[in-house]
Amino acid sequence: MFGQFFVTTPVRFGIAVASAMCLVLLPETSNAQQRVSFNRDIRPILSDACFTCHGPDLNQLTAGLRLDVRDSAIGAAESGAHAIVPGDPAGSELLRRVASDEDGERMPPPETGKRLNATQIELLRNWITQGAEYQEHWAFIPPQRATLPEILQRSWPRNPIDHFVLARLEREGLAPAPEADRATLIRRLSLDLTGLPPTPAESQAFLQDESSDAYENLVERLLASPHYGEQMAQRWLDLARYADSNGFQADGSRDMWAWRDWLINAYNRNLPFDQFTIEQLAGDMLPDATHDQWIASGFNRNHRLNGEGGRIAEEWFVETVIDRVETTGLTWLGLTLGCSRCHDHKYDPISQKEFYQLFAYFNSVDESGVLENDANTKPLLSVATAEQTAELAKLKSAAEAAESRLAAAEQQLPELIAQWEPGFAESLASQEPIWTLLKPAAVKSLGGASFEPQPDGSYLATGTNPTNDTYEIQIPLQPGQLTAVLLECFPDERLPNQSLGRYANGNFVLTRWEAEWAAADSSEPRPLKVARAEANFSQAGWEIAFVNQGNPSKGWAVDGPTRRELSQAMFVLEQPLQAATAGTLTIRMHHEAIGGHNVGRFRLSGSTQPSELLAIDSAAAQVPPEILAILPLDASARTDAQRQQLTKFYRERVANPVGEAERAVAAARKRVSDFEAGLPTTMVMKEVQPRDAFVLLRGEYDKPGEKVTRGLPAVLPPLPAGATNDRLGLARWLVDRGNPLTARVWVNRTWELFFGTGIVKTSENFGSQADFPSHPELLDWLAVEFMEPQHSPPVAGGAPARWDMKALIKLIVTSATYRQASAVSPALLARDPENRLLGRAPRYRLTGETIRDQALMVSGLLAPKVGGPSVRPYMPEGVWDETSRYGNLRNYRHDRGEGLYRRSLYTIWKRTAAPPTMLLFDAPNREVCTVKRSRTNTPLQALSLLNEVTFVESARKLGERMILEGGQSAVERLAYGFRVAIAREPSEQELSVLSEGLQADLKRFDQDRAAAEQLLLVGDAPSSDSIDVAERAAYTLAANVLLNLDEFVTRE
Amino acid sequence: MIWIFVNGGPSHVDTWDYKPELEKWDGKTIREFAPEFSNTTGFFKDSVGNLMKSPFEFSARGECGKMVSSIFPHLGEHVDKMAFIHSGYTESNNHSPALFAMNTGLARMGFPCVGSWVTYGLGSESRDLPGFVVMSDPKGRGLPKGHAANWSAGFLPGVYQGTHLRPTGDPIDNLHRPATVTNESQRRQLDLLGRLNRPHRERYGAESDLAARIESFELAYRMQQSAPETLDIDSEPASIHQLYGVGDEKCDHFARQCLMARRLVERGVRFVQIYSGGMENQRSWDGHNDIKGNHQQFADETDKPVAGLLADLAQRGLLQDTLVIWCGEFGRLPVAQIAANPGRDHNPHCFSAWLAGGGVRGGVSYGESDEIGYKAAVNRVHLNDLHATILHLLGMDHERLTYRYQGREFRLTDVAGEVIQPILA
Repeated sequence: MFGQFFVTTPVRFGIAVASAMCLVLLPETSNAQQRVSFNRDIRPILSDACFTCHGPDLNQLTAGLRLDVRDSAIGAAESGAHAIVPGDPAGSELLRRVASDEDGERMPPPETGKRLNATQIELLRNWITQGAEYQEHWAFIPPQRATLPEILQRSWPRNPIDHFVLARLEREGLAPAPEADRATLIRRLSLDLTGLPPTPAESQAFLQDESSDAYENLVERLLASPHYGEQMAQRWLDLARYADSNGFQADGSRDMWAWRDWLINAYNRNLPFDQFTIEQLAGDMLPDATHDQWIASGFNRNHRLNGEGGRIAEEWFVETVIDRVETTGLTWLGLTLGCSRCHDHKYDPISQKEFYQLFAYFNSVDESGVLENDANTKPLLSVATAEQTAELAKLKSAAEAAESRLAAAEQQLPELIAQWEPGFAESLASQEPIWTLLKPAAVKSLGGASFEPQPDGSYLATGTNPTNDTYEIQIPLQPGQLTAVLLECFPDERLPNQSLGRYANGNFVLTRWEAEWAAADSSEPRPLKVARAEANFSQAGWEIAFVNQGNPSKGWAVDGPTRRELSQAMFVLEQPLQAATAGTLTIRMHHEAIGGHNVGRFRLSGSTQPSELLAIDSAAAQVPPEILAILPLDASARTDAQRQQLTKFYRERVANPVGEAERAVAAARKRVSDFEAGLPTTMVMKEVQPRDAFVLLRGEYDKPGEKVTRGLPAVLPPLPAGATNDRLGLARWLVDRGNPLTARVWVNRTWELFFGTGIVKTSENFGSQADFPSHPELLDWLAVEFMEPQHSPPVAGGAPARWDMKALIKLIVTSATYRQASAVSPALLARDPENRLLGRAPRYRLTGETIRDQALMVSGLLAPKVGGPSVRPYMPEGVWDETSRYGNLRNYRHDRGEGLYRRSLYTIWKRTAAPPTMLLFDAPNREVCTVKRSRTNTPLQALSLLNEVTFVESARKLGERMILEGGQSAVERLAYGFRVAIAREPSEQELSVLSEGLQADLKRFDQDRAAAEQLLLVGDAPSSDSIDVAERAAYTLAANVLLNLDEFVTRE
Repeated sequence: MIWIFVNGGPSHVDTWDYKPELEKWDGKTIREFAPEFSNTTGFFKDSVGNLMKSPFEFSARGECGKMVSSIFPHLGEHVDKMAFIHSGYTESNNHSPALFAMNTGLARMGFPCVGSWVTYGLGSESRDLPGFVVMSDPKGRGLPKGHAANWSAGFLPGVYQGTHLRPTGDPIDNLHRPATVTNESQRRQLDLLGRLNRPHRERYGAESDLAARIESFELAYRMQQSAPETLDIDSEPASIHQLYGVGDEKCDHFARQCLMARRLVERGVRFVQIYSGGMENQRSWDGHNDIKGNHQQFADETDKPVAGLLADLAQRGLLQDTLVIWCGEFGRLPVAQIAANPGRDHNPHCFSAWLAGGGVRGGVSYGESDEIGYKAAVNRVHLNDLHATILHLLGMDHERLTYRYQGREFRLTDVAGEVIQPILA
């Protein structure tokens, strides 16, 4: 039968064609008698070789010729020649030019590095002979349900999928592979559907289940497992560019795990794909949206957010919206819309204007487009539990009670002040002031900021806020002594965050403080060295001692983001300045550590007191000059403002009963705000009034062109009847029956999950440049079946819904195609190296996440809990510190206990320093939407499997399981380990190789028990002391071999 | 190939592009020089100062008489090996995009870098080491802006990604076996694995994946042996240490990296990139503040080590086969940036670079900036041209080195790029 149907390549194309067919294989036979298909055969050639200059991008159009539009292609070009004359290859300029041997003539031009081969030219010739009919790009035509093709081997199919696959195989003269054995099937299904291997008991039960529905029952059990949702969510996280950090420079943390929980749960409860789509793109806009639907809308908040100093909000707002257009286009339409950001698409009929019309659906969210604080940025949704909400209400009412007690206490203030004032005035009169205000002649900013003098002698920096400003203050001094200078920094409502510094969060970092003295009669200024510096407060890690240490990245900071209080620093001179004449004291304050972190409002005072008597506390005790001015005034002569100043001074400085009430209020409010800050939130979409949108020239935010309104690409169908022209309407349009792309894209991606490669190999691109489907009728049949189920099996007893994801998966995995063995003969491998014909099951390396999860599972370490915040498993300690110098994701410390053993999709993901092992195994960094991962084999992966803590610890625990659960003899234990890890019985030979290794290790560790003990220290999990040390170590190494077997990391 | 990445944007007029005219214009505004130029050029538009001459002396060096800044006393000895480009320009005025552009040809992240294209094109020559190695600042000043995206393989398979040697601690994750697992015992483990995997391989015929995975374990094993050996520069004689400046407080860290680079290329590593400096501002060549102090400091860190590297490669006969490049992400402006000590702001319109060794004609200069070094003026060199030239020198045609992704053929040089013929030997 094989030989009989084996279709050879057409003879007349000779050897060159034969080798091309081997590599590509896909174009089905294409001899002259057969009808050439424009979509299958011609468009890929024209798109790749010609469209750049003769395609949809009108700005690049050459010779007035478009080859993507038939009228232009058969019409006269600028030269008068006709590129294509239907039915007349000899008269077609196109054919003459592509076949030309002259460099100046040949198309595409030699500098493109492209040249058509003989097969391609022959196809073009035949197509022109046959009339040069065009077809719309196949993916833009709505799919129709194909009839099932005729087949010969009628006993093979288990469902309609198999008809399409078998028909193609039979046309090629091939037969499908036999069904895989049951042990392979249960491992394959378990890994594919849940990402975890079967336990030996599960395998055993399946192997012994002789009922006719054993396989279907297994599929049902796995689809009902909570781990199914985790496995499916894992792939969706790449598309959603999900991460636990905001990206960019600081790359600080955010919390979107509530959205991730929604996702897992949506898969588990089998939310139909149309709802799944609408809720993620526009859940916030649904009428009476539920809490869950709001959470779902966070899909398009998973993009990065820029918090860099100096960022331009408008620029990043545009980047944010463009990210949404690109992500939505890739995820649902399989179109690389991003190409149209700067110019009309080179290959697909999507204009730049249409790109910005899509942009207009996503730009009307209540947001600034940039990171607004160090965590989640609005719009936000609280995801507090009921207990947390009740606790918050309790704290709030306690704060209100404290406030009313304070109000009562404040009534007594005038009386209290009147009692206190005489005694205070008296004590002042007898005291010499420690600090005297220094009155500058000039206060300058070298970076270009301005200063406004304040009534209290301080200066407020305004105007531009330079990256690293230096303040230079010149103070004329009379002859006399100066022992120290006091710098006071004041909180001010006019400063960012109403705090102390000029940076957006209200902070500053002072890195150097320099003083120099120039006597009036000398031109040479003399530096004044500082002996010691003290501050009344320093932010942790940013101590006053860092000032003047010569490290420009360190300095004094005051926690401006949360602490808005007077911050004082005192600089005591090494040698008191003894000025015999008048002169100028110059002080320079440098801010070199972090951009924009400049002091906001400050004042300088000097002291003549001996340095021994100076302490920062005495600085705090200084009485402000305005108070000194008020005290001598008669109470009736004081203005309201002066009375308020005095009251303020009294309340701040003097122990009094109001203060106590005040502190109680502050504490109660802090408890409320602390609790609120700790409450979990998640970022969501929230629609506001539509904003204007423009075509951005060259894609740049500051070059708006034509104004545009919301609209869909002309090549795709219009909005369905009744849908609103907004984001919700767009979501409904995506999952409308008339949309030609969404269902195809999704069934293709689902297919890819189970066969390694999609029916369309370019699962990331369904546009003109897409690979032609290996089984176009099957793709369309599945797409229609997904939308309008007729043959899909029931799941959990229920009839399949429209867009039913579990039903689609069940349909695929119960096909005979899926159940084939993966073994392949050298002949078939040579014929179909990429398995595009599906004459066998694919085998491929598992993802990094699955390999790790599997190791945890077989070692018994896996914590199976589903959902919740991200966790911190083992990673190298410095992993976070190289990419950001500040931000709250630094100084990585792994969790203790459960956090080490959760499934990998819960591992905390910092975009700029993603988990290294996952990256090694080809995970994307989640900076942007990624459709497809590559599958590489590198030595760094091998090093990780051999040596990384997670895998060595798993080997240690699997070794213990082998000893404790496997039986008495070494052979029994090794066989048990094999069953646990690989889910099949080992062969005699495999057992003997393993035993040989084990015996050698046992011997070695018996002689070197210290080495054995060392090995057992890897990882946090306790070791079973009841077992002999040498034995445990030897089994650890045996288990390490199992966890490194090719079969272990491969889905067979 | 070894790329000394002069991170942060070195000032061409203070290093290799001698501008006597700038001395005349010192203190005048840029508009006095040319009214069409803007007074607010630069990244920090509100701190633009007047034209400023270089704070460094220049003197003629080598047989070619190249005028070289006083900050490069040692590199000045090698100018006859170098081909200078003085007319480079780029499009981005900010570090991350400019770094991406210099490394990948495009100013956005997500595209393969030069090192990835090179290893994709040439494969690895080493049996024991990764083909593409990156070293960053070991002095705690951080990674270059944009981080690992600068040595990412983009859409090329992950195997072509640069292996970043961690600047502190273990240079490569998991390179060290758990304590007490000896070389011998791991060898035995791998032999066991081989014996178990082999029948499997037979069952699946010549599937390349499986063969690649088995090979990857062997390469990993060999790497455990050879990587520590390669990176251990203590085995080098004292004279070599001296030549590079190992032990010299100012430049010890960079000397070590240059010496490692030589040991890596000697053992067949295709592409080594070393970043001088960490992030922005005073942590790299990004001399916004005090250009004099900043460039003096970073020149002191690198002058002797890079000169030592050139001398050492030459004396071993390796230079003829090793391309060495000195280049950053952009140049700096001829005007001062106002600061306590004047600096210079970013300048994407012009930068200088030099290439040496591997097929490069020594002692020549290509292209010119205008009289004050503001813009590339004569024989302008776009990044695509620089990349095309690098690929050419490594034996590849930049128009033919392509990779199909998302349905189209991608190139390092996108749709442009001309090889700079006059600097070829």
